[in-house]
Amino acid sequence: MRNIFLFIRRYFNFLFFLVLQILSITLLVKYSPSHQATYAGIASEVTGNVNTQYNKVQYYFQLKETNRQLSEENARLRNLMGTNFEGPDTARVAIVDSLVKDTVGRMRKFLWLPAKVVSNSVSAQSNFITLHRGDMQGVKKDMAVVGPTGLVGTVVEVSENYALVMSLLHRHSKVSSMLQKGNIAGSVDWDGKDPNFLTLRNIPKSAQVAKGDTVVTSTYSANFPSDIMVGTVHAVMADPSSNFFTIRLKTATNFFSIQYVNVVENVQWGEQRKLETTILKNQ
Amino acid sequence: MSQLVRNAIRFMVFILIQVYVLNEVPPLHQFITPYLYFLFILWLPFNISRFGLLLVAFLFGISLDYFTGRLGLHAAPCVLIAYLRPFLINLLISQEGQELNYAEPSVKSLGWAPYFLYVLIFTFIHHAYLVFIEWMDFGNVIYFLGKVTATTGVSFLLIFITEMMFFRKQKFRTNTA
Repeated sequence: MRNIFLFIRRYFNFLFFLVLQILSITLLVKYSPSHQATYAGIASEVTGNVNTQYNKVQYYFQLKETNRQLSEENARLRNLMGTNFEGPDTARVAIVDSLVKDTVGRMRKFLWLPAKVVSNSVSAQSNFITLHRGDMQGVKKDMAVVGPTGLVGTVVEVSENYALVMSLLHRHSKVSSMLQKGNIAGSVDWDGKDPNFLTLRNIPKSAQVAKGDTVVTSTYSANFPSDIMVGTVHAVMADPSSNFFTIRLKTATNFFSIQYVNVVENVQWGEQRKLETTILKNQ
Repeated sequence: MSQLVRNAIRFMVFILIQVYVLNEVPPLHQFITPYLYFLFILWLPFNISRFGLLLVAFLFGISLDYFTGRLGLHAAPCVLIAYLRPFLINLLISQEGQELNYAEPSVKSLGWAPYFLYVLIFTFIHHAYLVFIEWMDFGNVIYFLGKVTATTGVSFLLIFITEMMFFRKQKFRTNTA
């Protein structure tokens, strides 16, 4: 027993070093951002506050670009408004069918919540974005994040007033997407090299793909609304060993200058997930 | 300024510079990430206890991790270089008891060549370990070698510039004073 104490005293520094190393590695492995850590909430409140102050300065340098993006989005949305489309009226009796009207919000599937970006990175292998909108303002985990020009990422962590978003520029990010022409679904990930380009995989060689084609989110990815712009085809590489194309995409979002995004909540997602998990239980 | 206050200010300044200046630099190449923050550990005074050194290094690393989002990624290399620091200082110091004459490692207290050898070795160890942890996730040999070499070069250049810009004047301390 005495020898053990002597041993610990003699190698105290080395043992303390080992303890700290093991602690760091465990934190790194265990605390992937998709897990809730006990004190992550408090810490991200603190760093979030610092980030907000910093962003107030940085924001001014990108006002011009932000304004351009927002006004472009406004123009696009105005073009979609019902009042822009009018054909000659062929109906004889006008009947208002009140049943399909969404008055109580029961038919709503997606809810869009605007949020300000207070921190953003593009230079690491795993990039995150911090939003100044959290649990108290209705952001939950796994919600989709969409910018003015296209898809941005997924919420992985929320605290009271801030949310951490795994951007598309993360080695573990994976989004179900499809070619807008022909609705052929594949998946988009990032190879960690250039923040301007993503990779689209699993598009069969039978598909007609040309440079400049639009790629949008597919109808299968439950928490993402479908037909959100992901990027445009930049180059098509045919993998000779498989039956699939590997496609290089130019991102629709400019990750260097994101200032405002929308967090998208799928209000029917709980019901869908509940149904899908019952299959697993029954087997 | 007392040593404690000076190091407390350095602690904050190094983290803020790393998070809000160096991490904001647009990526020139996937291999190049400018790192400077670990210079804080290399600048800590000689007379700090080894236990204190490890603890400060861990707190420093974990504070940076809270800003970048992956807990433990920077803490682990910081603790490693803090553990190895006393050994290397003992090897590099030219004269017995030299560490008693000056407050902290610098060009003046160690001399040009030993000081930059000290910086170069720890920059390399830090980056090798940091990229190794990242690499466990993604796995690519060329990425590993390229990133370690490139980041070490860039960091060394940054440290050299920092040393030139903020030349730390240090008083020669004697027992009589």
